[in-house]
Amino acid sequence: MFKFFAIPAYDRRLIPEGRLSGPMPWVIAIMIFLTVLAAAAGLAMNRAIGDVSDELSSRATVQIIEANPEIRGRQAAAAAERLRAMPLIEEVRLLPPEEIEALIEPWLGTQDLADDIPLPALIDLKLVRVATQAEYQSLRSVLQPIAPGSRVEPSSGYIAPVISLVRSFQWIALGLVCLLALATGAAVIISARSALNTHTETIAVVHLLGGTDQQISRLFQRRIALDALLGGLIGLVGGTAIIWLISVQLTALGSGLVQSVRLDWWSWLIIAAIPILGMFLAMVTARLTVLGALKKIL
Amino acid sequence: MDEIVRFENVGLRYGAGTETLADLNFTLFPGSFYFLTGASGAGKTSLLKLLYLSQRPSRGVIRLFGEDAVTMPRERLPGFRRRIGVVFQDFRLVPHLSAFDNIALPLRVAGVREKDLEIPVTEMLEWVGLGDRASARPATLSGGEQQRVAIARAVIGRPEILVADEPTGNVDPEMAMRLLQLFEALNTLGTTIVVATHDIHLLSKIPGAQMMRLEKGMLADPTGSLRFPPLSKDQLQ
Repeated sequence: MFKFFAIPAYDRRLIPEGRLSGPMPWVIAIMIFLTVLAAAAGLAMNRAIGDVSDELSSRATVQIIEANPEIRGRQAAAAAERLRAMPLIEEVRLLPPEEIEALIEPWLGTQDLADDIPLPALIDLKLVRVATQAEYQSLRSVLQPIAPGSRVEPSSGYIAPVISLVRSFQWIALGLVCLLALATGAAVIISARSALNTHTETIAVVHLLGGTDQQISRLFQRRIALDALLGGLIGLVGGTAIIWLISVQLTALGSGLVQSVRLDWWSWLIIAAIPILGMFLAMVTARLTVLGALKKIL
Repeated sequence: MDEIVRFENVGLRYGAGTETLADLNFTLFPGSFYFLTGASGAGKTSLLKLLYLSQRPSRGVIRLFGEDAVTMPRERLPGFRRRIGVVFQDFRLVPHLSAFDNIALPLRVAGVREKDLEIPVTEMLEWVGLGDRASARPATLSGGEQQRVAIARAVIGRPEILVADEPTGNVDPEMAMRLLQLFEALNTLGTTIVVATHDIHLLSKIPGAQMMRLEKGMLADPTGSLRFPPLSKDQLQ
């Protein structure tokens, strides 16, 4: 690969242009910068969905709705006891009233709510695996005689609309990456045509001296590939800096779904590969553009 | 090979205008020396363009090195072009390359290794009297010097055919003679030479050279002792 970039000095002299002197590397840098951000957003959301989905799909909440706090307490304790004996259940945790109050505190304030509002008792269940609808129905049947006002809610049900929304954002991110790839290709086409126009006379001479289309296109594609790689690396550095800043801010938020928005090592690998992919895209586009233009002359 | 170039009823038309060249029928033989004469606008440069495969004819057949150059696939043309040396009327030197690099260009295009370039290019520079201008760019060379670089570039690859369009137009009589001697030396080595010129005095400088005269795009009978249609060297002897 490095041999590919070792452009012989006489080739560089034949089609001269200083590195980073034209607009091409900078246009590519901006494209790659935006692509890195869009890809990082898509990949991070994928990770977040995965984490939250894995976490919640094997969890369920039992609500015991009973106005009398004493009866509610007894029913909750009996239900928890019964649930612990079931093989489907790995862990049962009866939430203390203080924790329930803390959960609703952001909406209803810090008053002593337990005395004024009949809050349901909550039992957090961790299942040994993702349960089927039939198994949830069986759970409900088991709890009905113990606590007639009980409800069993799979946790995945709460997060489904959020996951759907995040999936939409992922598609948008993918669409943006595709559009940016198209825009990069268009920029390369314009650049290659401009370079061809600038060096028309040189190309004509090389052509008449017996230069093949491949020889001539190689001069351009190598130069454009190198410009694209340099621009891509600049874009990658800029994009990575922004991702790092955002990740610091997200970590500071310390909120469930938002905190799980982070990148795996393989996501970083994909992001790091973006300038390389950009370079290949630029190279192929340049080659096709130059070959297409050369075919028009004899 | 009996013939190196054969034109049969060749015509060339640019766009929708009248034919620039019409009904050209001639054969060039290997190792011969030809002058192509005619007034300005007679079609000399157009005929040379057909010879060095810069243009396809509008009609007729051109056989080059025994193959049909008109229907030849585009991919094969570079290989044929490398067998033809061209001295362009306007030199067409690459402006940002030194004299050395301009002369080396055909060899590099042909894939000659860098270490094998140095000696022949330097020798060629010496031969055309530009040994001390190897690193000079065309813009810093005089018209005559540029022309010598263009000639050196055309002959460096030892082409089978050398096509030269007014090669002595910008040089003094002494240099013109030296260039003609170079062409003659190449011709002696077997290269077929076609020189387009309107300098009638040149024609007498090469014994055995033949003349083709173009008039309004058509070959005409030459005047004087030179023959038409061209004959092979054997026929001449």
